[in-house]
Amino acid sequence: MSKTKSSGDAAGSTAALVDAGVVAPAVSPGSDLSGRGGLRRVVITGAGTINALGHDVASTMEAFREGRCGITQLDFRDVERLSIQIGAQVHDWTPETYFNRQQILLYDKFTQFTLLAAKQAVAGSGLHFEGALGLRAGVILGTAGGGLNTWDENYRAVYEEGKNRVHPFVVPKLMNNAAASHVSMEFGLRGPAFTVATACASSNHAMGLAFQMVRAGAADVMLSGGSEAMLCFGGVKAWEGLRVMSKDACRPFSANRNGMVQGEGAGVFVFEEYEHAKARGAEILAEVVGFAMSSDAQDIVMPSAQGAERAITGAIRDAGLNLDEIGYINAHGTGTAANDKTECAAVAHAFGHHADNLMMSSTKSMHGHLIGGTGAVELLACIMALRDGVIAPTIGYQEPDPECGLDVVPNEAREVKVDAVLSNAFAFGGLNAVIALRRV
Amino acid sequence: MTDDIRQRIRAIIAEQAMLEPEQVTDEATPEDLGIDSLGLVESIFAIEEEFDISIPFNANEPEKSDFDISNMGTIIAAVERLVAEKDG
Repeated sequence: MSKTKSSGDAAGSTAALVDAGVVAPAVSPGSDLSGRGGLRRVVITGAGTINALGHDVASTMEAFREGRCGITQLDFRDVERLSIQIGAQVHDWTPETYFNRQQILLYDKFTQFTLLAAKQAVAGSGLHFEGALGLRAGVILGTAGGGLNTWDENYRAVYEEGKNRVHPFVVPKLMNNAAASHVSMEFGLRGPAFTVATACASSNHAMGLAFQMVRAGAADVMLSGGSEAMLCFGGVKAWEGLRVMSKDACRPFSANRNGMVQGEGAGVFVFEEYEHAKARGAEILAEVVGFAMSSDAQDIVMPSAQGAERAITGAIRDAGLNLDEIGYINAHGTGTAANDKTECAAVAHAFGHHADNLMMSSTKSMHGHLIGGTGAVELLACIMALRDGVIAPTIGYQEPDPECGLDVVPNEAREVKVDAVLSNAFAFGGLNAVIALRRV
Repeated sequence: MTDDIRQRIRAIIAEQAMLEPEQVTDEATPEDLGIDSLGLVESIFAIEEEFDISIPFNANEPEKSDFDISNMGTIIAAVERLVAEKDG
């Protein structure tokens, strides 16, 4: 009797704690686990960005429609000592507009970019995370370099300038998880929170994991995406060493392409369980339907068509889509000799005859390669394709390359209705991550 | 001077390819010596450091570079030219 009573008390107090927002319910009330294999549907209900094309989603999409290039002469200390002096740098960046003095001391540029994008995304979603929702919400972000500007500035101080003292916040500022932690603090996201670093695929890996968590019921809302702020002397100098950077332009898939161009910025999205979003009448930007990862297990820098293809077909299979339902692919499309021909071979082999019917563009030609943040900004082109029926172009395209024989939407945006799309990311280290989205 | 440059380049390439310097003949291509694209970029860096020169080489368009990497002979000739330009 007393045993029954005590367990009843425990259940009662747990319910009270759930109501008070202290303890998370196992699965949120009203969530639907009756879908495909007990998996829940995941939709995007908010988006935010800052990158070389604009400081928000609307201006970025406008640039995509216009085929505008954000690549310019780089502007930072010691740039004259670089042999690569172009990049897609965020223009007119004034952190004091968004952050107070104390925050600026604590936030590296990659965290500043992330917070700005996250605030836009959350504001757009209309979500508030007080109470129980905060316990069922989290954040997974991608970055490759983390607080690279902070490393660069402080190494300069101690090595070049001979200083023997650094600011007390150097470590909390440069750590790769700083952005994810600040996002969790800003909005009170008390569920899963961490950072993924898989070079150029970081954001896609992050968003794929966030998608899986919401789909599987581990969270109801996840903020996800990524950011990068590598455009500083040390960041670009390191890349110069590989001799894969272009000195003049990013021309993906064009026969005269001569390398990649780095960019910077962030993209953050609100991934929400479908019934949760529907119940509150949220605007749905797109549905995330599939994700797959693969590893080439082959070479630290040279990509493998087979590895890429396994991620592409895996994402389509995970989404339960047919090959011919995919109308658009946002390519990894770095503009290097190696990536572009390998990616085209992978897509051609994966899709067979349908490869001739689908469009594949590289928006890196406009916003540059944001390394660990690139998949997040590129997801905007996928959302634009699904929601607005506008396919962002590959700009800078000048000469056809027989090894890149797909429809790469050269130079001008195109109005075409598409029902399902993919976003490719293939990282150094042979790590591939592909996301599938569908129109709602 | 020329022989000295040739020997020093051979030593660099031999180390990269894990061969003996005499196996690095003028006719040998990087491929013949088992040097892949990353190994080539590494070798060019080592040559730049050895001779304190800057070699114009973009891995995306090796054929368009002034630095001809067809074989060891062309690489040695190009390095000789860059060293002469530096000293001149």
